[in-house]
Amino acid sequence: MLSITHYLVLSLALFTIGVIGVVTRRNVIIILMSIELILNAVNINLVAFSRLFGSVEGQVFAIFIITDAAAEAAVGLGIIIAFFRNRETVLADEMDLLKW
Amino acid sequence: METHGYFLDHLWMIPLFPAAGALLMFLFGRRLKNAVVSTICVGSVIISFIFAVAAVMSLLAMPAEHRFVEIVLFDWVPAGAMHMTNGALMRFDVPWGVMLDPLNAVMVLVVTGVGMLIHIYSVGYMGHEGGYYRFFGYLNLFMFSMLTLILANNMLLMFVGWEGVGLCSYLLIGFYFLKKSASDAGKKAFVVNRIGDGGFLLGLFLILGTLGTINFHEIGPAIAAGHFPIGAPVMTAIALLLFVGATGKSAQIPLYVWLPDAMEGPTPVSALIHAATMVTAGVYMVTRLNAIFQLSPIAMDVVAIVGATTAIFAASMALVQNDIKRVLAYSTISQLGYMFLGLGVGAFTAGVFHLMTHAFFKALLFLGSGSVIHAMSGEQDMRKMGALFSKIPTTARTFIVATVAIAGIPPLAGFFSKDAILGAAYERSPILWIVGWVTAGMTAFYMFRLVNMTFFGKSRVDHEVEHHIHESPLLMTAPLLVLAVLSIVGGWIGWPESLWGSDHFAHFLSPVIAHYGEEGASVAEKASRGALTMEYLLMLASVLIAATGIALAWRWYISEQERPGKFAARFSGAYRLLEHKYYVDEIYDALFVNRTKDLGTALGSFDRGVIDGAGVNGVGLVTRIISRISMWWDKWIVDGLVNVAARFVGVLSYPTRILQTGKVSGYALMIVAGLIALLGYYLHLVRLPVH
Repeated sequence: MLSITHYLVLSLALFTIGVIGVVTRRNVIIILMSIELILNAVNINLVAFSRLFGSVEGQVFAIFIITDAAAEAAVGLGIIIAFFRNRETVLADEMDLLKW
Repeated sequence: METHGYFLDHLWMIPLFPAAGALLMFLFGRRLKNAVVSTICVGSVIISFIFAVAAVMSLLAMPAEHRFVEIVLFDWVPAGAMHMTNGALMRFDVPWGVMLDPLNAVMVLVVTGVGMLIHIYSVGYMGHEGGYYRFFGYLNLFMFSMLTLILANNMLLMFVGWEGVGLCSYLLIGFYFLKKSASDAGKKAFVVNRIGDGGFLLGLFLILGTLGTINFHEIGPAIAAGHFPIGAPVMTAIALLLFVGATGKSAQIPLYVWLPDAMEGPTPVSALIHAATMVTAGVYMVTRLNAIFQLSPIAMDVVAIVGATTAIFAASMALVQNDIKRVLAYSTISQLGYMFLGLGVGAFTAGVFHLMTHAFFKALLFLGSGSVIHAMSGEQDMRKMGALFSKIPTTARTFIVATVAIAGIPPLAGFFSKDAILGAAYERSPILWIVGWVTAGMTAFYMFRLVNMTFFGKSRVDHEVEHHIHESPLLMTAPLLVLAVLSIVGGWIGWPESLWGSDHFAHFLSPVIAHYGEEGASVAEKASRGALTMEYLLMLASVLIAATGIALAWRWYISEQERPGKFAARFSGAYRLLEHKYYVDEIYDALFVNRTKDLGTALGSFDRGVIDGAGVNGVGLVTRIISRISMWWDKWIVDGLVNVAARFVGVLSYPTRILQTGKVSGYALMIVAGLIALLGYYLHLVRLPVH
């Protein structure tokens, strides 16, 4: 029997992988994919607690977040394409114009 | 207001017709066709002439001693109270008014009559010229000014006309303003006239201060009321100042130099302004104020001597001129000198009489010369003419009539008027008579020299010009014929009593001549009482010398043409002196013109050095220094403070600035670190129960 702790551990693992990916990778597309991992870690939490408390709101939220993630991916990829057209790069450490 | 009949009551309208013409030309002339321009401008002068004739007829209908009409239109200069030189207080008001008496009746007829003929002539003469409307606009403006001058009832209004004719003279001499010599001549005329105008104005002020009035018909009574003795110094001063004005306008020594140059203007202008009308304004003015002149024997002598000197001086220059119009110009100066000689010896009526006859024959001579120039395609040099008589017969015949008239051959007009002056001059002083007599001979000589060189002898015309020689159109020859008739009969109204005439002219004018007792009685009257034999002798003498002059001119320029050259070679010094017009222009240049230029240069360098240098540029320099200081203050103190504040903020912001690297991953790391810190803090606060 899987307890809530297992789900939370999985979620934590995914979240951590996602955060490390966001912080360490240079390619913006990978960063976006890492963000997806973070979001899905949250989804697992929501669904797990929904099951634990026998309430459906958590699952509804999870579906909202999936939708949101799709939208975010679309917008994010659009920005990346636009940016690539201007600078011919998708490396985050070369996007350093916004500084003093 | 008492009425004198329509035309006398509407006297003031005479100058207004040409004024309206000039105004129309000024406003719309450019857009009008030449035919319309001629109709308006010639028409206006014809109407003026009709009004003038009608007004003079009405004047003649009045009893001789009451022939004076004055119409005041409005109060022009209501200046108010002023002190006269004798301390009395008087009101000084100048009305805008016109008057008519026998003197200006003669003038107005001459001006409108001759003016009308010259206007008609100009239609033909100027027909192919550019600026047609401008020419006629100026001519009409001139007629307005001249009629204002003549009809004015006071000296100030006369001065308006006096200046107006000067302006028109300037405009018309410089009509071909693209030609430098023409525009220079216009300027010269204007400037020389200004000198005379200064004298006129000073005389006017002195009359006002002394007599308290400048209205012509009040001057006589004011003199009587003031009990001025003959020879009163103030009267001499006034008369001499006014005469300075007259020498300017009427081209007498020393201000005659502008008139020969004025020949740069179109020929009708020379005829109208510089022969028949404007240049006689000085004669008219002296006659008009004869009451003042007669009080000053010194001024009268000056007028007579200047007149006689000018007459012989100008005549001698006319002897050697080769430009057909310049001969006539010097002749005009000479004849004006005659008029002043007449005025100076007290023969005012004779002077005005000569003015009138001269207007006829000199206008005719100028128009005739214009017709010759027209036929010669613009050639003015008599050395390139000759034998034109048969080619332009009407012009030649009328021209010869005028020449005989000016030479003083009876019974043409010039004889009577010249003889009246010479007779009066003899009464005054035989020397003046001799000068006038010699001048008469020279006049006959140079005029017939002109005629012989132009119309007779062998043709010296260029071949190309020769083909185009043609008689002028009827518009031009008709005025010549009318003037020729006037040159013949014009003198007859002054047929002297000694030749069984009745001298209507002198009787007609006598009311305007002042009489001061027996000793001041005009010499002309004394002359009429003088010995008749003497008078016959004088007439015979003047006819003889005229005949001599004519004969000499015939011999030299027709039968023995090598003579003039030999003569000129023998007296080469004198010839060169005459050819260079006594070097008067050069002397004036050296004495006055260049000195004035020097003064201008000196003032200019003062202007540049002191006013511009020390004044304007100095102020500029000071301002620049102040602004330099102000700029330094602005840059280092005002801006400096702002910069210090900015740098202070900049230094303070340095630690936070280094955090903003622009590296997205760096930010993400911070966010994560912050998140962990917050989480840790939160866990630390909550202290979750540990199982």
